[in-house]
Amino acid sequence: MSDPRRSSRGGAAYRDPVVTENAATDDARQALAAGARPRRFGAWYVAEHRFRVMRSYGQTILVTGFGEPLIYLYAMGVGLATLVDQNLGLEAQGVGYLVYVAPALLCSAALTTATIEFSYPVLLGYKWNPTFSGMHAGPISPGQIVDGLVISVVVRLAATVAIYFGFMLLFGAVPSPTGWLAIVIATLTGMAFGTLLMAYASTIRDDTGQLAMVERLIVLPLTLFSGTFFPLSELPWFLQWIGWISPLWHGTELARVATFGYPEPIWLSVVHVVVLVTMAVAGWAWSRRIAARRLAS
Amino acid sequence: MPQPVISAVDLVKRYGDVAAVDGLSFEVAAGESFGLLGPNGAGKSTTMRMIGAVSTRTGGELSILGLDPDRNGPDIRSQLGVVPQADNLDTELRVRENLLVYGRYFGLPRKVVAERADELLAFAQLEDKGDAKVDALSGGMKRRLTIARGLINDPRILLLDEPTTGLDPQARHILWDRLFRLKEQGKTLVLTTHYMDEAEQLCDRLIVVDHGRIMAEGTPAELIRRYSSREVLELRFGSDRNEEVARALEGSGDRVEVLPDRILVYTADGEAELERIVDAGLHPRTSLVRRSSLEDVFLRLTGRSLIE
Repeated sequence: MSDPRRSSRGGAAYRDPVVTENAATDDARQALAAGARPRRFGAWYVAEHRFRVMRSYGQTILVTGFGEPLIYLYAMGVGLATLVDQNLGLEAQGVGYLVYVAPALLCSAALTTATIEFSYPVLLGYKWNPTFSGMHAGPISPGQIVDGLVISVVVRLAATVAIYFGFMLLFGAVPSPTGWLAIVIATLTGMAFGTLLMAYASTIRDDTGQLAMVERLIVLPLTLFSGTFFPLSELPWFLQWIGWISPLWHGTELARVATFGYPEPIWLSVVHVVVLVTMAVAGWAWSRRIAARRLAS
Repeated sequence: MPQPVISAVDLVKRYGDVAAVDGLSFEVAAGESFGLLGPNGAGKSTTMRMIGAVSTRTGGELSILGLDPDRNGPDIRSQLGVVPQADNLDTELRVRENLLVYGRYFGLPRKVVAERADELLAFAQLEDKGDAKVDALSGGMKRRLTIARGLINDPRILLLDEPTTGLDPQARHILWDRLFRLKEQGKTLVLTTHYMDEAEQLCDRLIVVDHGRIMAEGTPAELIRRYSSREVLELRFGSDRNEEVARALEGSGDRVEVLPDRILVYTADGEAELERIVDAGLHPRTSLVRRSSLEDVFLRLTGRSLIE
């Protein structure tokens, strides 16, 4: 403990450090009162910011939100299905290709949307237009910034997926009454991949196109080899591991169970849930740690 | 005596082996306008980040509004307004939206934020820019908007890191005028600068910082009185002759300082000194008598000029 009298102002009266500990001054009380709301609701204020920003590209969100399910369900589920249904005999399992592929398209849409929301906005907030440091200069903590992003993306994903699901109903792609669970499952799938991507994006200090690489070398292969368009068992054995580490495979299989009672042992469904939740939570926690380190250097 | 709003004792911030801030002790009273003056890399911004409760100290004591920033960061920050060196306005949002969103971070009700946003747009002379995109604003306007944003929570202390760096003279004067108004309203200002005219205009009291240490502390007038003469005679003999003439000038005034482009003679009476020098047969190409400034104080204290 240093001697307070060594102050540059010599005789200036220093407050007793014990007083500081108890925050007994008017200034301190006022600060504690003002800090109470941000401490509790800070993450929601960050989410509010995100929604306001999303509104600035709201048209894009709407067009893709409605256009994508329409195009994909029609192209894959109706167009491609005429070939597949004839040749692969999926009717044997009691469902057509549309029903088989729709949950995969749903989860895939969640994955793509999460990729968008957790990549560039994160890099932007840390680096190009450092709004995160602006929030942190106010009462918002680094962890709350991450939480706020998570809240906003969950909402955006749930909305996107719900619209998608609506189209699936219209196309007659949801025979099971538990089908609505696919909305939750797809949202979780998006978060499982998204929070990990957020963590990675948070570590990027010099942008040399890493995010574009992630999209091409990770997101695209995941979409193709996660049992989305054809069962994982159709892949050669040396590629099947992709499915096991892919949140998209776990999500899609689970969504299939929900929408048409895809035959799968119950333990496997439990594994899907555990993997997805673990990924989402791990990415979230990792992002919070990086944020704390990066913003409070 | 009222409690200081900021109190630092032997404040230290180390990055690895480098001490960016190396034992600063100072206090800031409520309503005071306090400056940290020093060259780039002196540790001013690091100090500001610690006062702003976003950077943890490596050593020493720091109390902001009677609270420890390590433990009560969010509470302290709820009472601060921060104008960072680099603008971090949200370019995805419009001008007024920037204020609205920022006010919400403090948990202020939407209605209160909306009222204050309009008041602050007027204060920042941006009333008619509310719907403009941030990128469409000039540098000075962005700075003013950043200051307005820093005031949205009606902070106890406003922290300004190099508030006018990079602005043209006109924009700087507009900004100084705004800051002076805040000072008149009794707002506590803490600012860093490497412009001595800025410090002289805005600071009641300042510390001169170099290599993370305090070189001197006082009011601008005090510092000038203590470390410089009343007037300064600036002489230019041409870069090649300065050194040689400097030897002949030894003993002139209180002190002679040789810079690459000119010679400074510190004296109580510049005109009289110039006369003596000319009588001695030395004929400078140009000469200028001016009042001593903080730049001279800094030069005296560190042997270097502020802007290099």
